[in-house]
Amino acid sequence: MRIERRQDVPWVIAALAPILAILASLCICSGLIIMAKVNPLTAYTEMFYGALGSRLAITETLTRAIPLIFTGLAAAVAFRARLWNIGAEGQFYVGALVTAWIGHGLVGELPAPFGVIVLLLGGMLAGALLLTGPALLRLHFGVDEVVTTLLLNFITILFVGMMVEGPLKDPMGFGWPQSVPVARNVMLPDLIARSRLHIGLLLAIFAAGLVWVVQSRTVFGAESRAIGLNPRAAMFAGIPLPQTLFLVALLSGGLAGLAGAVEVIGVTGYVTTTMSPGFGYTGIVVAMLAALHPAGVVAAAVFVAAIFVGADAMSRATGVPSFIADVIMSVSLLTMLTALLFANYRIKR
Amino acid sequence: MIEAFDILTTASLWAAVLRIATPLIFGVLGALISERSGVLNLGIEGIMTMGAMVGWLAVYLGTGLWMGLAIAALAGAVLGLLHGFLTVGLGLSQHVTGLGITLFGSSLSYFLYRLWVQVEDLPPTIIAFKPLHIPVLSDLPFLGEAVFGQTAPTYLALILVAFTAWGLNRTPLGLALRMTGENPQAVEAQGLDPLRIRIAAVVVGSALMAIGGAFLTTVAFNSFFPTMVQGRGWICIALVVFASWKPGKALLGALLFALFDAYQLRLQHVVDGVPYQLFLMAPYVLSIVALVLVARRAQVPEALMTPYRKGER
Repeated sequence: MRIERRQDVPWVIAALAPILAILASLCICSGLIIMAKVNPLTAYTEMFYGALGSRLAITETLTRAIPLIFTGLAAAVAFRARLWNIGAEGQFYVGALVTAWIGHGLVGELPAPFGVIVLLLGGMLAGALLLTGPALLRLHFGVDEVVTTLLLNFITILFVGMMVEGPLKDPMGFGWPQSVPVARNVMLPDLIARSRLHIGLLLAIFAAGLVWVVQSRTVFGAESRAIGLNPRAAMFAGIPLPQTLFLVALLSGGLAGLAGAVEVIGVTGYVTTTMSPGFGYTGIVVAMLAALHPAGVVAAAVFVAAIFVGADAMSRATGVPSFIADVIMSVSLLTMLTALLFANYRIKR
Repeated sequence: MIEAFDILTTASLWAAVLRIATPLIFGVLGALISERSGVLNLGIEGIMTMGAMVGWLAVYLGTGLWMGLAIAALAGAVLGLLHGFLTVGLGLSQHVTGLGITLFGSSLSYFLYRLWVQVEDLPPTIIAFKPLHIPVLSDLPFLGEAVFGQTAPTYLALILVAFTAWGLNRTPLGLALRMTGENPQAVEAQGLDPLRIRIAAVVVGSALMAIGGAFLTTVAFNSFFPTMVQGRGWICIALVVFASWKPGKALLGALLFALFDAYQLRLQHVVDGVPYQLFLMAPYVLSIVALVLVARRAQVPEALMTPYRKGER
């Protein structure tokens, strides 16, 4: 009996892997809930109703999922090409900052659709540019991008802090460190009346579709997957590795920047240094739960958002610390990695 | 301008350098031991957070300070065992698993802290390590304050650097560990088990990382609060590359980094009109610059990040 790699993973197994991983994670984390002297079934039921039990809960969960779809896509396209972009958090913030900056000034005067498009492109460009630094350092100096993108997150958030306490500080903000607001007419319209849910959700789903088309139907998509699977073989086949990796970096950083832009013109209207509860890092979990597939990213983002929104409600009802959501996420990431391993291999008799 | 240079001649600056360097020395040694055996441990940030929380909590609940460090080390070792099992045993991606360990270690620390500790307006405190008074040496002018006015864990860190350098370069165990990171097939041919060596290295390394984290809550501060590790783990990962995977150079890197950090903290009070965030950014920028400078001639362990599977070529 030995273990061998599957040529093709049957879709049933591919679909079961994340479900089993999530169930395993919920089982493991019920130990922590028991430590908080709460029945895990009660806690998970509260979470379910808190995330999906009412019109308000559902719209809140979907609102929370929007930035996660973008950051999840950012991680998925990068990881496919084995570009370890861990800097989505920083790219989110520069995207948000640039959006607030240009959305407050001239762009705010533009007719709404143009203004919105300029802001989205601006946020995207900012995120993309932030990742070109680490990408170029890897390509030209061989510097591992994991460390540089991680360190850039700290630098970027400090920079955002400097801006919102300095040149971009809102004079009407009662002294709070928040940026000037974007003009009202470039804020995204609500998708559902009397809720925070905005049409950014459609943009996010559209972006996922676009990424799927690019990855499965274009030469660039095929090349970016090839350099992830086997860089040497890809180079041998004549794929220009530096150029492809650079384009992947632009795409990945752009998606993360877009997350920040959409969050500003969809939800907050301005930038603070605490506007992201780790959207960038959680995007990595989303991408892995989706097995790096764009369609899966949408589903995984909604699931992850539901855990976070549900955990807040559950915490208020039962007293279990809401950090349980972060623990469930991180354990899901580890169980998903393990599940993917078993999905990709089989036992040969 | 003169004032900016005067800072460099104060004993308190140099005392701060050793203090700031200590958690980095523990962390960088832990990362180095693990990477020398062929395993990148990006769980470091979460392991340091766990060490900071557990070490503090143990002392808060009534154990001694040293016992707190030991329990922190144990907690780190457990997380290391998990990382080792997943990356060495199952051969999962060291990048993604490490990030998973970091997310897990930090979120579990925050969860348990919130569960077990009642936080009123301010986080509760413990009585932290006091500086050791060494007869004669501590009374020396300048050096007494700068070098011999440290707490015991700082001296422990310095001793560990020498011990690690000796262990890696002068003992059969160190040779086996280094060879596992370069050529695990050859290690197996010698009748040793590369998987066990790697897991052991990750476990020991993670214990050291956790002690580095515990230093923050039992020496540098006397309380625990979320996000207090602030990227020190990532800086350690950068320092290992900067040090070219050598303990002596790792010490040098940690000291240089700490000098820079201590200096920028003091410079903030001297230089007016510059946003404080620019000073705080500087250490992170410095880490990236250091990486770029050495990246070309870095001697990476040959088998770093390559999972070893028995009988596979």
